[in-house]
Amino acid sequence: MSFEVRRFSHGSRVPDWNDAVDLTKDPASVPDPATTPVPAELRAEIEAAMARYPDHRSAALPALAAVQRHHGWCSPEGIEQAACVMRLTPAYLTAVATFYDMFDTQPVGRHRVYVCTNISCSLRGADELCERIEQAAAGDPDINVRHFECLGACDIAPMASVDGVYVGPIELDEVDELIDDIRNDRPPLPRKQLRLRPSADTLPLDGKDRS
Amino acid sequence: MEKLLFKDIDEPGLNTIDVYRRRGGYESLRKALAMPREAVLNELLASGLRGRGGAGFAMGKKVSFLPKGAMDVYLCCNADESEPGTFKDREIMQKNPHLLIEGIIIAAYAAGANKAFIYIRGEYVLQADILDAAVKEAEAAGFLGESILGSEHSLSLVVHRGAGAYICGEETALLDSLEGKRGNPRLKPPFPANQGLYQGPTLINNVETLSTVPFIIQMGGEEYAKLGVENSTGTKLVSVSGHVKRPGNYEIELGMRSRDIIYGLAGGPPDGRKVKLWFPGGSSSPVLTGSDEDLDLPYDFDTMAKAGTMLGSGAIIVVDDSTSVVDVAYKTAYFYRHESCGKCTPCREGTNWTVKMLERIKAGEATPMDLDIIASVCTNIIGHCLCVLGDAMAMPIGSMVQKFRAEFEEEIERRREEAWAATVAPEPELPLIQGAVA
Repeated sequence: MSFEVRRFSHGSRVPDWNDAVDLTKDPASVPDPATTPVPAELRAEIEAAMARYPDHRSAALPALAAVQRHHGWCSPEGIEQAACVMRLTPAYLTAVATFYDMFDTQPVGRHRVYVCTNISCSLRGADELCERIEQAAAGDPDINVRHFECLGACDIAPMASVDGVYVGPIELDEVDELIDDIRNDRPPLPRKQLRLRPSADTLPLDGKDRS
Repeated sequence: MEKLLFKDIDEPGLNTIDVYRRRGGYESLRKALAMPREAVLNELLASGLRGRGGAGFAMGKKVSFLPKGAMDVYLCCNADESEPGTFKDREIMQKNPHLLIEGIIIAAYAAGANKAFIYIRGEYVLQADILDAAVKEAEAAGFLGESILGSEHSLSLVVHRGAGAYICGEETALLDSLEGKRGNPRLKPPFPANQGLYQGPTLINNVETLSTVPFIIQMGGEEYAKLGVENSTGTKLVSVSGHVKRPGNYEIELGMRSRDIIYGLAGGPPDGRKVKLWFPGGSSSPVLTGSDEDLDLPYDFDTMAKAGTMLGSGAIIVVDDSTSVVDVAYKTAYFYRHESCGKCTPCREGTNWTVKMLERIKAGEATPMDLDIIASVCTNIIGHCLCVLGDAMAMPIGSMVQKFRAEFEEEIERRREEAWAATVAPEPELPLIQGAVA
């Protein structure tokens, strides 16, 4: 009896493991400024960030954030541009970008909606909320909904961060309104935004339910 | 009790330097700069202020550990508040950023640091913008930069935004991330006080700790130490969330009865519900039950440690009896699996397998033996990793299995029966013909 082990590219038993790389190429070195055009705005932003630290490598996170703002995601092209300005290899910056949740290494919709589904929020129905938001935004390539770990706003649970704006507590029947606001580039649910919320500590202890 | 950190927190414009100064802001800085460095340090030591980020290490001691001599000393403010249930630093930074900046300048003076960083989590966009604006204002007013208020002390302050990683709240991972690397924790020792950011001595403190410093200088360390209880001095912000009527941040004097926080301030669970369990210090702390004995514990560092848990970041998450303990354990473990950086094996594998076992329980495929395996995984994580992220999963999960074992076993049984009922094949419509199959 003989078994034939299924082999994929380069003799590997694991399919698609090398999708991200082209093994026929040499490892990328620090990009050559002569052949790597960098948008002036992006270059200025990265250079300003580098100037703020004793070691310019500390600007890796701000640089990747700038790349994401300019390109919509941390694209290989964008990472190469940042690597060119920072005099690092693209591999170094890719390694950093893949570590952090807020950097997208795949193209995504331009609106980022993070729904917190951690303990405090899920106790207040965040899992259902996340599902409903995903359904309401389904098929819209502009809206990127994803569940996120604790966003640090358990007082307004269940909540979501819409392009960095904290909104909550979101009722299930407000989901359509929220998605509508996002689609039309309006501020999301203005009455429910965190920045307007008074501190719980200053409110009178009148026994009223404020959750 | 008189509020310190949250005094008039909702005053309009408190985040601007004009309003802050009109209320006596930056006066503590003036007072501190007129004192010799050692005197400021002595005030911090006398105050007994313990770190508010989670570990509860005495701040004055931390400052005194920094080596003396001519070298670059750094100060990092840990504003990567990602501990589930914690949101106190967010409120300080959003509403009173200058208080934090003043605290940083004074602490940097005591530590002899000339470069300071605020590492704020990337999700806090609004708060980071407010801090950026506040730093600019403070620079323009001469509180930051060269020779502050005519003294020898100079300080530059940079707001550094993270990009979404819980592990970067761990002090050495924070340093790696600030150096532009993946946020992996480092082996300790050397501790950051000796070798931290850019290999230099580094003081790392939480937002709330640093924001308390101006009050210590203003009141005097000994006066501050009169607040609270012995070994847990001062006031503390507690973030109460979960099944309570009035979730939010409350400033309390340490040593307050836990029941008065959960029921008195936060309104307790919804009507008709009882507290089943609560996390006293963020999701990393072993849970306490809703028994009178646990609810009557005074809320301070030492009492919580004696009760087998910890005060942590001061985040109380309340779970009422409508929720199954299995679901709480699953959510907790899932979070740590997601956030484990993968550097050490016990944490990377232990969190993963704990989640898988809890998934088995949820799917009705587990036996009570799985609970013993979970408990043994937990004991094998604790103390065996570079940082405490693995411990932070093992401690609450271990305590839940220990304290709610009966409920776990009941759930395992119930879900197994449910799963069984759902998978039993329906009776075949045609009678089987005996002997038809050879």
